Amino acid sequence: MGLKSILVRAGAYVLVPCLFLVFWDIMARQLNNEVILPGVGQVTELFLKPTESLIAMGSLVINVAISLVRVLAGYLLAVCIAVPLGILMGYYGMAFRLLNGFVALFRPIPPLAWVPLVLAWFGVASLATLFDVQKGLGYVYLNNLKFSMVFIIFIGAFYPILTSTIHGVMSVRSTLLDSARVLGASERDIFRKILLPASSPSIVNGMRIGLGVAWMCLVSAEMLPGSLSGVGYLITHAYTLARTDIVIAGMISIGAIGAFLDLFFRVIENRRFAWTRLTR
Amino acid sequence: MTTAPILRIEALRKDFRTNNGTALKAVAEATFDIPENDFVCIVGPSGCGKSTLLRMIAGLETATAGRIDYRGETVSRPRREIGMVFQEYSLLPWRDVLDNVSLGPEFLGAPRAEREAKAMEYLRLVGMEDFSRAFPHELSGGMRQRVAIVRALANDPDVLLMDEPFGALDAHTRILLQKELLRIWENHRKTILFVTHGVDEAIYLADRIMVMSARPGRILDIIDVDMERPRLRAHPSYGPLAERILAVLEQEATTSFRDTAAAHHGED
Repeated sequence: MGLKSILVRAGAYVLVPCLFLVFWDIMARQLNNEVILPGVGQVTELFLKPTESLIAMGSLVINVAISLVRVLAGYLLAVCIAVPLGILMGYYGMAFRLLNGFVALFRPIPPLAWVPLVLAWFGVASLATLFDVQKGLGYVYLNNLKFSMVFIIFIGAFYPILTSTIHGVMSVRSTLLDSARVLGASERDIFRKILLPASSPSIVNGMRIGLGVAWMCLVSAEMLPGSLSGVGYLITHAYTLARTDIVIAGMISIGAIGAFLDLFFRVIENRRFAWTRLTR
Repeated sequence: MTTAPILRIEALRKDFRTNNGTALKAVAEATFDIPENDFVCIVGPSGCGKSTLLRMIAGLETATAGRIDYRGETVSRPRREIGMVFQEYSLLPWRDVLDNVSLGPEFLGAPRAEREAKAMEYLRLVGMEDFSRAFPHELSGGMRQRVAIVRALANDPDVLLMDEPFGALDAHTRILLQKELLRIWENHRKTILFVTHGVDEAIYLADRIMVMSARPGRILDIIDVDMERPRLRAHPSYGPLAERILAVLEQEATTSFRDTAAAHHGED
C-alpha cells in the first residue's frame, strides 16, 4: 500500500469528525451563548489541562479514574458470576430449564429501574462500611465504591455476558464433544479443553458488549445519592452550575473511553480467535 | 481355529422418541460378532441406523435393549480401546495439527514431550509431519481426515470405528485415503468397523460386508470378500459382488417403500 492510499484511508476516518467540529464551532459562534453551546476551543482547553481541578470536584482525570474503578468492580463481579453460570446453563439442560425462566424474568428490567430498590437495600453503604474504615486515604478510596453503584453496573453487564456464554456453549458442535469423549476425555477435560475454548469467542464478545453496557450505566449509577465524584457526577454537577463546557468535556471522555475499551476487546478477538473466521 | 470375537453384539435395539412423541425405531435386533483384526464394512441406505449402531458401540449412545461386549466386558460408555473417526469435521479448530493428534495421550495425562513425540510418529505415518504446526482451517478436507484418523490411532485403540469418514471427500481423494487406510491397517492390524453407503468402497476395503436394511436397521446379509489384496477394481469378481449387494439393497428399498406407502394409505 502506497503512502497516498494510507493517507486517503486515514483521511476517511477523520473526515466526518472534522466536519462535525467545524459545524459545532459555527453553531456556537452563531448562538453566542456558552451555556447552550460552548465553542470547540473552550472545551478543548479543558482537555489541555486534564489534571486541573474543576468546580471544586477534582480534575477530569481523577473523576474518570474513579468512574473506571467503579465500572471495573461491578463488571468483574458480573463476569465472575455470568460466565460460570452461563457455561452450566449452556451445557446442562436441567440447569437451563431450572434457571432460564427465572433469569429471563429479570432481563427486561432496565438497570435504572433497580435504583429505588437498591437504595432501600444498600443506601449509601460502601466498601468502607464493609471493612469498617472510617478515616484516612483508605476511607476516601473505599467510600467511592458504593454498593448501590456497583450493583447497578453489575446488572447492566450481567445479561449480555450470560446470554452470550449460554449461546456460545450451546452452539459448540456435538462432534467436537463426541470425539473428545471417545478419546478418553473426563468431564473436567470436556469443560476445560473443549467447552471453554470453543465458546470463548462468544464469551469474549459478550464481555465486550457487557462492558459497553456497564459503562453506559455509569452516569445513572453516579447520580445516586451519596455520590460525590466520578464523570457521571461531574456532568450532573456541572449542569447545575451551568458549566456546559464541562458537561461536554465529560461526555466526550465517556465516549472516548467506551470506544477505547471496545477497541481493546476487538483487538483481542481478532488476534486470539482468528480461527472462528477461518473455519468454514 | 476359532478365537473369541473382539466385539459381540447381541439383539441390540435403539428407539428414539421424536418431537411429536412417536417412537422411532433406529436399530432393530442387530446381532453379530466382529473377529479380531478384521476389516468389516457396514453398508446400508442413508438413515438406516448405521451411525446409531456405531455410536452405541463407541459408548456415545445407550441401547434401548440388547448388549455390546468388548472382550467380554459390557460397553456402556466411551473407552480408550474403542476409537472413532467421524464424517464431519471433528478437529479442534483452535488447536494446531500436533496438539490435535496428541489429544488422546493428553487426556491420559502423558507429559508434553512424550505425547508430542507420539503424535509426530503418527503424523509421519500419513506423511503429515511437515504440517504439525498448521491449523485445521489451513488443510484440505483429505488432510483433515488423515489427521482425524491418526488422532484416533495415537490413542492406541484395539477397535477403530469409522462413520463414513470419507463421505465428504471428492472421489479422487477418497480413493487415495482408502489406499492409505488399508496400508495403515495392514501394518498396525487393528479391528476396523467401517460404515459407508458406498458399495464400491465396502468391496475395496472389507474382509466382510454386512448389509443393513432401511430403518429400523437389521442385518440383511453378511458377505465374505475373498479377493486377494491389494484389490483391483478391475478384478473379475468385483462386478458380480457389487451386483449382489446392490440387489439386496434394491429389494430392501422396494419393500420398505411399499410398506411406507401402505402405512400412509392406512392412515388416510
